[in-house]
Amino acid sequence: MQNVLSIALIPLLPLAAFVLLGLFGKSFLKKAAGYIAVLFLLTATVLAFYTAYEYFFVYGKADGVYQKLVPFKYAWLVFNDKLSIDIGILLDPISVMMLVVVTLVSLMVHIYSLGYMKGEERFATYYAYLGLFTFSMLGLVLSSNIFQMYIFWELVGVSSFLLIGYYYNKPSAVAACKKAFIVTRFADLGFLIGILVLSYYSGTLDFNTMLTTLTSPESSELKSAVSGSFLGVSALTWGMLLVFIGGAGKSAMFPLHIWLPDAMEGPTPVSALIHAATMVVAGVFLVARLFPEFALSAPEALQVVAYIGAASALIAAVIACTQTDIKRVLAYSTMSQIGFMMFALGVSDFDNGGVLGTSNLGYTASMFHLFTHALFKALLFLGAGAVIHYVHSNEMKDMGGLRKHMPITHITFLIACLAIAGVPPFAGFFSKEEILLAAYKGNKLIYYIALFTSALTAFYMFRLYFSIFWNKEYQKHRNNQHGEGGMVMMLPLVLLAAGAALAGFIPFGHFVSADGKPLESEFHLAFSIAPVVLGLAGILTAWMLYKKQNERPDKIAASLSGLYKSAYNKFYVDEVYTFITKKIIFKLIGRPAAWFDKKIVDGMINVTGSITQTISEKIKGLQSGKVQQYAVYFLVGGLILAVVIMYL
Amino acid sequence: MGVYGFFTRRNLITMLMSIELMLNSVNLNFIGFNKYVWPNKMDGLFFTIFIIAIAAAEAAVAIAIIINLYRSRQSVDVENAEEMKY
Repeated sequence: MQNVLSIALIPLLPLAAFVLLGLFGKSFLKKAAGYIAVLFLLTATVLAFYTAYEYFFVYGKADGVYQKLVPFKYAWLVFNDKLSIDIGILLDPISVMMLVVVTLVSLMVHIYSLGYMKGEERFATYYAYLGLFTFSMLGLVLSSNIFQMYIFWELVGVSSFLLIGYYYNKPSAVAACKKAFIVTRFADLGFLIGILVLSYYSGTLDFNTMLTTLTSPESSELKSAVSGSFLGVSALTWGMLLVFIGGAGKSAMFPLHIWLPDAMEGPTPVSALIHAATMVVAGVFLVARLFPEFALSAPEALQVVAYIGAASALIAAVIACTQTDIKRVLAYSTMSQIGFMMFALGVSDFDNGGVLGTSNLGYTASMFHLFTHALFKALLFLGAGAVIHYVHSNEMKDMGGLRKHMPITHITFLIACLAIAGVPPFAGFFSKEEILLAAYKGNKLIYYIALFTSALTAFYMFRLYFSIFWNKEYQKHRNNQHGEGGMVMMLPLVLLAAGAALAGFIPFGHFVSADGKPLESEFHLAFSIAPVVLGLAGILTAWMLYKKQNERPDKIAASLSGLYKSAYNKFYVDEVYTFITKKIIFKLIGRPAAWFDKKIVDGMINVTGSITQTISEKIKGLQSGKVQQYAVYFLVGGLILAVVIMYL
Repeated sequence: MGVYGFFTRRNLITMLMSIELMLNSVNLNFIGFNKYVWPNKMDGLFFTIFIIAIAAAEAAVAIAIIINLYRSRQSVDVENAEEMKY
């Protein structure tokens, strides 16, 4: 039925590329490194598409419901009958969808990097890291066991760390990769504890078993998990919240988002792959994977997901309006879009009754948005990469008027901007519509936040677009000899642009829904008027402000100076973190701990040492080297012993 | 006699001889006590034979050490061999 080998090869091929290039990339594969990696990944992509086709159209469906299939499972560490850490493959609509997304974007990035990273000294190492990342991400989405997922989760974190710190001689990149690693690691601690809590109560680590035991109301596991409580909240909710902290860390949700903008220090294609399209949605994927558990057993946790998502979406959008580094704008926009996906999951509920309704629309909408967002955000980043490649700067003020110099980039970037702004008929429109509809039905407050945020999104994206491609005339200066970038850089842009333009027409609800049954997505023309009009208004504002170089943006910034300044400084979240770590943790906890360590712990060791030393200094005269003296000691000792034994 | 010789002589050969003296006196003691205290048992005899064997081996090792010492410092005086101290 399912061809296990072909599925297993999808993650294993990038791993093979990693091993091959990691071992030999610096010696005799130096020239061919990029092509080898592209070839491996191309094969994996083809296999992924084949698997998706097979799953969705051939064997995935049984009685009109998409099944959760486990074609391969190997018990790796067995604790008892139920509790074991397995290495397996889980196929269900979202994992298959993620397979396609990850391999496709990764392939585009691989091809693009052939041009972008040309001439880099550690070219092969770069491709090796990309292979490692792709492997771990694919492993993550295919995991059949929550612990297996955790393993890959950490692997993804490591490869992200390696790639952010790729320019290791740049201090800012080094700081950024450390920050990314520490923040996500901190969040992963929550994830790990969450796993432990969940597995303690459900008695299993396997996704399918866990979902059934913790969602059916009769099961004793669920009862004990709900009744056991801590601080007035049930243990299960705590578990889910902790798991969500892990997801929020990876997905850069407020307030754990601080690493994402800094992560833009990595090479731009890496940002496109990891920090826009794939890794950062791992958190969304995690919540989606455990969605029935969230919705049925821990609705409070789901509420938290919804509000955190909405808050992140709004905050990030406001910050994005003020940033001047184009990659940072994109980073905040990513965070905002992931916020959209999160609250879409949050407002959704899981209707086990199986009415073809819209109650679990949010789930489908979230996954749909994940899919389309991966396409257009990767496109935006790659386009930004092309611009940076051309201008040699990340700052918006160094750009402007590039539309004549880079026609292909211009068109594709425009398509991506239209898609993210939610202008019909581009991809973002459909997915965003569904999210808004789900929010409208689920939670009115979040709906209005979302509406406002999507208008902001349109504004800042077109601010970016106009600033890069219109605004002032571009002065051709410095040693700017090379053109827009070769075939290898333009091809991914064009392909992704086609995806961003057309992906919206995929009847996504038919394939991916919370319970596996096809979901008819409703489409209300009247409903979509408001978001589209707001989006267009955002675009129009941006057009007025940034089409031509003028004074208006500065004036507005000045009139809103307080808000502008705090948004420009990212609402001082970084400063708060610095304050907490430096002032509170270092000073209040670190200093006394250091004092205790130095004075008390070390002191005890030193006293022991000095006592021993003094005593041995005193008695070392006994060791005279004179044999006969030893003999005397021996004799005296023997006599004393004899006396003791005889008389006592 | 043996103990006295061991403590007073500075010549290693003489000291070795003193040790042999001690061992042999112990042997005599063993045989004597065995004969008069437990005449039916043979333990003392066995011990004596055992000690003779050990003494032979020990003498061989000791003489080898002494020869090496002599080669390295042209003397067999214990006072000259005291590097093995603190």
